[in-house]
Order: sequence, then structure tokens, then C-alpha cells
Amino acid sequence: MKNRIASLALLASLGIGQAFAQSTNITGAGATFPYPLYSKWADEYKKSTGVAINYQSIGSGGGIRQIKAKTVDFGASDMPLKIEELNADGLIQFPAMIGGVVAAVNLDGIVSGQLKLSGAVLADIYLAKITSWNDPAIVALNPGASLKADPITVVRRADGSGTTFLFTDYLSKVSAEWKSKVGSGTAISWPTGVGGKGNEGVAAYIQRIKGSIGYVEFAYAKRNKISFTQLQNADQQWVSPDDPNFAAAAANAKWDAAQGFYQVLTNQPGKASWPITGASFILTPKDPKDSAKALEVLKFFAWTAKNGGKMAEELDYVPIPPTVSAQIEAYWRDAVKVNGAALWK
Amino acid sequence: MEVSALSAKFAREDALFNLSARTAAFAVLALFLGVFFFLVVGAWPALREFGFGFFTESTWDPVKNQYGALSPITGTLLTSAIALLIAVPISFGIAVFLTELCPASLKGSFGTMIELLASIPSIIYGLWGLLIFAPLYAEHVQAHLGGWAKSLGPLGVLFQGAPIGIGISTAGIILSFMVIPFIASVMRDVFETVPPILKESAYALGATRWEVVRNVVLPYTKVGVFGGIMLGLGRALGETMAVTFVIGNAYNISPSLFEAGNSIASSIANEFAEAGEGLHVASLTALGLILFLITTFVLIVARLMLSRMQKKTGGI
Repeated sequence: MKNRIASLALLASLGIGQAFAQSTNITGAGATFPYPLYSKWADEYKKSTGVAINYQSIGSGGGIRQIKAKTVDFGASDMPLKIEELNADGLIQFPAMIGGVVAAVNLDGIVSGQLKLSGAVLADIYLAKITSWNDPAIVALNPGASLKADPITVVRRADGSGTTFLFTDYLSKVSAEWKSKVGSGTAISWPTGVGGKGNEGVAAYIQRIKGSIGYVEFAYAKRNKISFTQLQNADQQWVSPDDPNFAAAAANAKWDAAQGFYQVLTNQPGKASWPITGASFILTPKDPKDSAKALEVLKFFAWTAKNGGKMAEELDYVPIPPTVSAQIEAYWRDAVKVNGAALWK
Repeated sequence: MEVSALSAKFAREDALFNLSARTAAFAVLALFLGVFFFLVVGAWPALREFGFGFFTESTWDPVKNQYGALSPITGTLLTSAIALLIAVPISFGIAVFLTELCPASLKGSFGTMIELLASIPSIIYGLWGLLIFAPLYAEHVQAHLGGWAKSLGPLGVLFQGAPIGIGISTAGIILSFMVIPFIASVMRDVFETVPPILKESAYALGATRWEVVRNVVLPYTKVGVFGGIMLGLGRALGETMAVTFVIGNAYNISPSLFEAGNSIASSIANEFAEAGEGLHVASLTALGLILFLITTFVLIVARLMLSRMQKKTGGI
């Protein structure tokens, strides 16, 4: 009996010792858009390495604020920062995953993927210049579709969001009027429409209101079987949203480490490119105080680049292309320095 | 132990007790002032930049960094006004029924049900409002009112727009459901303070029930009733989640109650997490300051009214 207790105690102390040895915890905060993927990655990473990644999806703006204040080990943002801002705050930036945004509609007699909208028409709908579903501009793109004189109810995000940034950045690229009157950002001044909180809020409004149109993240739309539209891309091709089309947009982009990989993947050239594609970015310090934790952050994202692709695809996101991943590691070697020596070797 | 030593010990203990109670009370005051101070400091950049225009401008444009609070302010006041317009007569009916008409055996269970209504979390009201109430409201009320709007003349502008079930009027109605339990239970409590002899005298003179309520109960309790209404108003002004679900969240000032709008609380809830540094956060904080001042004012008035009532009756 005594022996058993002693051996249990020994086991317990060993267990505790092990727990202490592996208690590296890294904390990240930011974008909600990649949250399902980051938490899945964190789960698998913990299983294989024992390192816990605690990611809080507080929104891109919050993520940027937190990493600037250095209260987290990494920040995540759907809106990339310009190189001047990165340098001013001593941060590096690199993309970690890619996803798409789709236009979703609720129309009787129209099935998912049937309706075709060009960027210009989408912008005019969101500018309240096109207000009825049988507007000649929509009918011209959809001959034969049953479009009635029903009013269009525009739905958009009420909260600030990286999804909104991608959507409005796209509209700014395809409509000069949108660019001058409204512009792009995570939160903007909307000319019309009702606002829902989060993808789920927008989806709830679209499903509830007949004749509505809105935009949601693709993975969310697919999981919830929301009816989406085709869009016309920069090469004048009609495309439907799907992983290969997001990957095509990413493959055709020019990624420049010297600019902190600043790249918004909307309206990219390429026959198959989905026009509202976007990467989500990671921000970490250039000159980290806690070099052990900074190294763990880089290790985690190196691991996801190597092992995370399949998990990304399962969740309907697209991994970063391998060529870009190699570029990112080279960038880490150059940019992240602890006492003058490269942290990533 | 000597009596004097014992009394000294008691005095020490008593002083300690007094001190800790006083500290606790002052901690609340410090917290209140701390919140106020934080709001003023946080809002200062926006108030300095936009001045008085912050209260009168309706543009809210994070891209151009232009902020004006008129839309959230009107939305907050309008939804609360609609809520009171609906909630006050219904609460009055509930309170009169419970105090004057209800059989004694049902009094307890009715009273409990009303209090249960008050304990439903506001997010449940929001979900229910969006998923169940809004579709029914759009189809059975808004569609018809929109049709009649033309025959209403100038009042018709109140009911224009597509019947989507989401907007200022929906938010006002959901809010009314939420404040009814508060107003009704205060009204019931103050109605019960009316001395039976007054009511019995009126009945003896041949007064009907309505005449008793109108000429005896209401005049006797009017300060308390008003206090209860203000308490409900305080709750309606600051309600966040339920309103965010159904108000439509648009910076929009329109005479039509069917249009989407927003309230101070809903804008802060929506935008704070993603707000960029600088004027955006400062403007949202300034919205918070406005709400803080309005609700504090309303609650002070409510408390004053209720305490006047208490003095009159020697405690409710």
C-alpha cells in the first residue's frame, strides 16, 4: 500500500515536472476571419508538440492594438499594414492563410451559383443606384432568369471587419464612384442597407429577408448553405467561389517581403481568380524582448506552412503557396533580430 | 476583563467596522467617478476635434475620420420613446389588475410571472425578436401599415419603406417588452401603498373602479408612478444586445419608423472591437459619455421621485 502511494506520488511529480517543462504558452489575438482555422491548427499543434497556442478572435483592429502594446506574442489582421507603419512600430508581417468572400442572395426561383453580377453592378447596388431586381443592368447579365420587380435590400456588416475591408476594397477597385464617395476599410460609411453583427448576423438577415443581398465569408456561406452568386473577375471571366479560385488569385499576386508582404488579393488577374479573395496576416515584433516566445511563434507558423494545408482545405480556406512560404522563412531570417543575431536559422 | 477594557475593545471593533463599511461605500463612489473620468479623458480628442458639431452632425465615416453622433442619439431617444409609449399603458393595466381586480389566490403567481419576465437575459429577447417576432411583424403589421400609409396623409411618412421587420419600430417594440416588468412591478408596489380607507371611502360614495383608480389611486401615487416610468426609461436607453439584433445598425436618420437606424449602445457594441486608434475610438467613447450622462440624469430623477413617494408613505 505504502509503495503504491509512493509510486503514485512519484508519477504525479514527474507529470508536474513534464508540465512545467512544456508550459510554453503563446498568445495571439486579432482577426475573426481566420479564427476557425487558427484554432484547429492550435489544437493539432498542441497534440504534436505540447505547445499551447491561445488565440483570441477579438477582431483585426484589436489584434493590431494588442501587438503594438506588446500584450500578446502575435497579432492577426485581415487588413495588412503598410511598410511605414510596420517600421514605425517595429513589427514584421506575413500572410498565414487565404480565404474568399462571396455575395449572397435570397431570391425565389434562383439557385445558388446561378445569378451573375459584375463588379460595377454590385457597386451600384451598394450605392443604392440599382434598387430593384429587374433593373436592366441585372437582367442584361442574366437573360432568362426569373427576376421580378422586387426591391433589393442591401445587407452588410455592422461591426468593423476584415471581410468588409476585402469587400469594399474590391468595390473601390471596380467602381470609381465607390472609391471617391465611400472608399474602403474595416468600417465605412454605408450609403444604404441594414447591418448585421458578424457573418452570422449578416447571414441571418439574408435568410430572413426576401430580395436581400449581402456578403459573407465563403467558408461560412458553404457550411450554412447560403445561396451565392457568380462574379466577373479582372479577366472578364465568370467565376464561382471555390478553393481553386482563391488559390488562383493568390498565385497570380506579387508577394514582396520588402513591403511586409503587403498584398490585397482582390480583383487579381488570371482566368480562374475569384475577385474577392484575401489573405490574413500575422504581426510579430522585429526585435522581440522574449526571444523564446518569439521563436515559438515562428515555429508554429513554419509548422502550419508544412502541415496545415490539409486542415485549411477541410475548413474551406486556402494555405499559403509553398513558394511564398519559402519567401516568408527567408524574410524571418533577415528581419527578426535578437541582439543583432538572426532568431530564425 | 475589566468593564472599561471591554468597552475600549468594543469601541475599537466598532471603529474598525465603521471604517470598513465606509470604505466599501466610498469605493462605489470612486468607481462611479472613475468611470466618468475615463469616459471624459477617452472622449476628449473627439470632442476637441468636432466640438459641439459632434452632437448635431449625422455623418459617421471611419474612412474619412468624420464623426457625428446625431443618428445614434436620435435612434436611442426614438426607440426608448416608442418603448415607453407601448409599455406604460400595458404596465398600468397590469398594475391595476394586480392591485384592484385580481383574486387574491392569483396575485402571487401573476406577480412572480412578471418578475420572471424581467429576469430573461436581453440576448434572448434579441434572438427571439430577430428570428420569431421580426418575420411576423413584417408580414402581418408592416405590410398592412405600409399599404395604409398613403391614406394617412402626412403621417404616412412614419410607415414608409420595405417591410423587412427590422428597424427603429421593431427595436422600440422589443424594448417595450423588456421594460414592462420593471414599470409594472414598481407601479404595483406604489399602488399597494394607497391606504385602504381612502379607496373604501370612495367606493362607499358610489365610485366605480375606474373612478377610484383615476381619482384616488393615481393622484396619491403619481410621483411613484413617474419614478417607475423613469426607471424603465433608464433601462431602455442603455439596452444593447437586444437592440443590436433588430435595429438594423445603419447610421441613418429617417422619419420612417420602418427604416433601419442605430442606438448609442448598439454602435459601441458593433464597432469598438475593430475601431482604429485615434478619433474612431475617441468618438465611440464620446458616445459612451453621452449615454452615461443621459442615463445618470434619468436615474437620478427616478430615484428622487421614488424617494419623495417613500417619504410620503413612510416607506413602500
